[in-house]
Amino acid sequence: MKDLAWEAGVKAVEEAGISGKDIECIVFGNMSGGLFVGQEHVAALVADFLGLNSVPATRVEAACASGGAAFLQAYMAVASGMYDIVVAGGVEKMTDVGAGQATSILSGAMDYEWEAYFGATFPSVYALMARRYMHEHGLKPETLAKVAVKNHYHGSLNPLAHFRNRITEDEALSSPIVADPLRRYDCCPVSDGAACAILAPLEVARKYTDAPIRVRAVAQASDTLSLLGRGDLCTLRATVKAAGRAFEEANLGREEVDVVEVHDCFTIAELLALEDLGFCKKGEAWKLYDEGQTYVGGKLPVNTDGGLKAGGHAVGATGIKQVVEVVRQLRGEAENGRQVDGAEVGLTHNVGGTGATAVVAILSR
Amino acid sequence: MAVSSAGIPQHWRTIKERYRLLGAHCERCGSNYFPPRNVCPRCRRRGKMAQVEFSGKGKVYSYTVVNASSKAFEQYMPYVVALVELDEGPRVLSQIVDCKPEEVKIGMEVEACFRKIFEQEDGGIISYGFKFRPSDGSWACRETGQRSS
Ligand SMILES: [Zn+2]
Repeated sequence: MKDLAWEAGVKAVEEAGISGKDIECIVFGNMSGGLFVGQEHVAALVADFLGLNSVPATRVEAACASGGAAFLQAYMAVASGMYDIVVAGGVEKMTDVGAGQATSILSGAMDYEWEAYFGATFPSVYALMARRYMHEHGLKPETLAKVAVKNHYHGSLNPLAHFRNRITEDEALSSPIVADPLRRYDCCPVSDGAACAILAPLEVARKYTDAPIRVRAVAQASDTLSLLGRGDLCTLRATVKAAGRAFEEANLGREEVDVVEVHDCFTIAELLALEDLGFCKKGEAWKLYDEGQTYVGGKLPVNTDGGLKAGGHAVGATGIKQVVEVVRQLRGEAENGRQVDGAEVGLTHNVGGTGATAVVAILSR
Repeated sequence: MAVSSAGIPQHWRTIKERYRLLGAHCERCGSNYFPPRNVCPRCRRRGKMAQVEFSGKGKVYSYTVVNASSKAFEQYMPYVVALVELDEGPRVLSQIVDCKPEEVKIGMEVEACFRKIFEQEDGGIISYGFKFRPSDGSWACRETGQRSS
């Protein structure tokens, strides 16, 4: 785990052109180092391993939104004026345990007493949302498959993706059922990974680069931990709330966004995200997929790094990984033909559990 | 592990609610809650919460058939997990039993029954609670081998 964090940290520091001694604060997202590798106190370990022993280092935990939540805390640390150069990172080492145990650990992101206790798994609660969405909005399995096919295609263009193979709609539709109606290709993998971003006030960043990427807004919202008290199962209210606040703070409209990284832990989650973020009406995300608009080159390129599905979902790192991809896109540095032409504004959307936490960030050139 | 290592005190605390479907009723606005809450989110400090035992009757709001579970539930696979909307309003998450998975539909009428939920490994404690079954009585016919008409 510390090697993953170290690699991401060193690359971020090198790319930013800063030196380790410029770093004043470290915020690291990590869901469950304790259960995955027996290690808590993760942020101090990362600081130690990066050779930054005296720098204050804090771990942030919000299940799969740990990275996004860490990004908000790092943003606040800079915006408050307390620190100039802050590392926002995330790490998760998930593959040391078997699949059954990983399923069990991840179920801790739900309500233990009233969901996991009764046999609910993480895919199964998203399957409950998918089934209800099918009932209310007439979703076809083919649309879910299109989400996976698109994300695998983008993943094939990303050298850092977990899966770089392309798949067909037929392969997705004939893969084994995990929790009906969700199949294997509807579910993101269990991944190892880390990501880091360096935040600084604009005037400080300009000393290091001619083309700093601006954080226009970061907003976070919460909802019930379990699905029991949700009302509408087809809407993640935390996403709606966080997106509303982020767009208001950034003073930008949906139509001004050029590239989007959303939390596709399951294919259904990507459809819900685009609707809840306000890019289309409830029940109509399928149209974007029928028309192929979510590919690079389309009207609204979504998850150009392969998303969680193909890019990988090292839970604590995901929120930062999304920021890294959007930064690449806004700088025009995305490799292998996955660059969105002239991308000026990008958005990230990171979800914890089944929507008990959502973090939305808007970045621009 | 998250599911199977929970200690006896943790189970003990929720036994009443799990065994008898006890929830909370706000005497001010009439809202029902499951699991029980200490404060009514609608009325906050003005609300007055009282304990209520739900009838255990409800309808399937959404469901899924689980084909990959954590270890504690492997022996039950494939099993149905559903959100059941109780007649009194709140929704509960539960397994649907005593019917074939393919018979479960949204809107199906179900009733609570008392069952074993899972067993801890190595002779650890056995956890009980509610599951739901079709309320048309078809489960009884199945048990006695009769066909319902
Ligand atoms: Zn009330």
